[in-house]
Amino acid sequence: MFSLSRNDRLLMLGFTAVVLLAPLWLQPFGAGYPDLLQKFAIFGLFAIGYNILFGLTGYLSFGHAAFLGVGSYTTVWSFKLLSLNVIPAVILATLLAGLFAVVIGFLSLRRSGIYFAILTLAFAQMSYKLAYSVLTPITNGETGLRVLRDDPRIIDNMLGTAHDGSPIGSLFGIGMQGYPAFYFSAVMLILGFYLSVLIFRSPFGLKLRAIKSNQSRMQYTGYNTRPYLLWAFVISGMYAGMAGSLLAVTDPLAGAERMQWTASGEVVLMTILGGTGTLLGPIIGAALIKYSENIFSAFNESALHEAFSFLPGFIENFLVTIVHPFVGEGWHLTLGALFMIIVIFLPGGLMDGLSRIARRWRARKHGSDEADSSQVED
Amino acid sequence: MDAFVLQILNGLDKGSAYALIALGLTLVFGSLGVVNFAHGAKFTLGAFCAVSFQQLLTISRKVKDESVTFFDAYKEVPYLEIWWGDTGSMIIDWAVPLSIFLAIPVMLLIGLVLERGLYQFFYKRTHAEQILVTFGLAIVIQEVIKTFYGANPIPTPAPAMLSGTAPIGVWLGLGESVAYPYWRLVYFLFSLLVIGLVFAFLRYTTFGMVVRAGMSDRETVSLLGLNVERRFTILFGIASVVAGLAGVMYTPIVPPDYHMGMEFLVLSFVVVVVGGMGSLPGAVAAGFLLGILQSFASMNEIKSLLPGLDQIIVYLIAVIVLLVRPRGLMGQKGVMED
Repeated sequence: MFSLSRNDRLLMLGFTAVVLLAPLWLQPFGAGYPDLLQKFAIFGLFAIGYNILFGLTGYLSFGHAAFLGVGSYTTVWSFKLLSLNVIPAVILATLLAGLFAVVIGFLSLRRSGIYFAILTLAFAQMSYKLAYSVLTPITNGETGLRVLRDDPRIIDNMLGTAHDGSPIGSLFGIGMQGYPAFYFSAVMLILGFYLSVLIFRSPFGLKLRAIKSNQSRMQYTGYNTRPYLLWAFVISGMYAGMAGSLLAVTDPLAGAERMQWTASGEVVLMTILGGTGTLLGPIIGAALIKYSENIFSAFNESALHEAFSFLPGFIENFLVTIVHPFVGEGWHLTLGALFMIIVIFLPGGLMDGLSRIARRWRARKHGSDEADSSQVED
Repeated sequence: MDAFVLQILNGLDKGSAYALIALGLTLVFGSLGVVNFAHGAKFTLGAFCAVSFQQLLTISRKVKDESVTFFDAYKEVPYLEIWWGDTGSMIIDWAVPLSIFLAIPVMLLIGLVLERGLYQFFYKRTHAEQILVTFGLAIVIQEVIKTFYGANPIPTPAPAMLSGTAPIGVWLGLGESVAYPYWRLVYFLFSLLVIGLVFAFLRYTTFGMVVRAGMSDRETVSLLGLNVERRFTILFGIASVVAGLAGVMYTPIVPPDYHMGMEFLVLSFVVVVVGGMGSLPGAVAAGFLLGILQSFASMNEIKSLLPGLDQIIVYLIAVIVLLVRPRGLMGQKGVMED
């Protein structure tokens, strides 16, 4: 079960190399700093997990941000109560998000299509509203939950691990900030990717795909599809929980806004942008969205003027006026437009676009080969 | 008893808004089969029609303030007041109700353009893709509004005449404590009017008859040589107008900001689901029902008993309805159940 074909082993090897060397090769793009790299890894993980549900089974969940939130809160609580070590925090967060997903998935999966989307949306919205209001003792409401210096931290105190300075998550003494935090997230991403490759290649993955293509036919052949769907839902929820946990590991603060339904929309976009149902697509989508968020939202008007300063004055001003609403504060406008453009023109996502180009290119090459051979024959 | 009536009244204006939005949503869903996540954005657009109209009416000029005698002071006086005096200021005062006349053509136009320019290409696509493209559209509309009007809520008051409270308790012989803002009453009556007009339009006009026939069997109606497509396009425009009007009249209740529609959108989806997808009476009934239940859940007695219920009651009901009776209260069996 844990053996991969030769191609997949190459894929895993390439993927590992690309992720681990990301600080180097992303440097020229201005993305080679830990804060952004962490985001790539974390949201990549989130999107991989989401893809296992949406990409394989076609069930569109609009509530996965809830699991992200659960993961974040659990992690901060683990930091507060148990230990600043990240291992128990991540494990607990993943498990608790999984448990949460069992409940929500068990109920939501009774319906499909649009009803499923609305059910998950309603559950997530409930979690979000409760996190803001009644659950304030657990979530600290609007202020957000943070790690404090004088929290109990039972395990740490038992082991006598003293912490000076501000409390941040640590991996046996390595502080989870900057590059160590990125590498921790990166290892998680690689593990998550490995697991998703396994799932894609397994009979389980095949069954999920069969559900996507025709659920009733699947049922007629004697399969009870519900358990498979529930597993897919729970696994994707656990991925989301782990991503939320990593968010809290790299920045020990959890807030309810992570659970809002627009946040769920974002992960859908990441998956679609990259290509649903493909292995690498969701990660590429997540990275692209986070990258452009970072780049676009950093531009203000003066930065724009600088960027276009090589042009004559009136063209510069004109371009700045046009571009300005799309960057900085208005980055969400770009996001929305991107949403529409992708769905309208490239429903298969970037991976689909790439493979189309590759196919055309190959066909042309093939065609010219034929032409050549026919000439030779002549 | 008083508290009971008061909660029902309190729920009416929210319920009216839910019902109006859900009506448009389910109209589009029932006719075109499009899951429209951008419908809440049209509510926002309507509200900002009122804002624009108010801003248009109050375009003003600096005029010397005659009441200050020691030094030269200037104040902004709207042109309307300069030209027409008291009549002008009254028109400004009535900006919100008057902006209905701006909102109808604008929203109709927006609806028609969107349908022809975007939605018509998505009838045959999956619901997931419809949700995504309209979700993107909603974000775009929201952000465009933010670019033009800023992120802060813009106060748009009701006419002075209608901004007091109505002593409904006295009218009904219940007691002084049951009072209700006039504007909310206006909003409720207005929503009844709009809902009534939509129903009458569908019920008693030939256009409505064809549309209803088309909703139940599109192919047969088009085989009869009737242009169902064009009528559905117009219906889409009407749905936009309904959402827009709901937004226009809502502005005095809560000052509009750019993301007001999103909250209403999620809720109105819930309303549509509870009422039954594609069922117009269901949407209206569920809208009022959920609005009233929400206001009951926010009573202090219930809050102390079940804290947080007021935040989630709508979603809770949606979940229960979806699990127990997926077609909703008044929905037809088999709609979208696969």
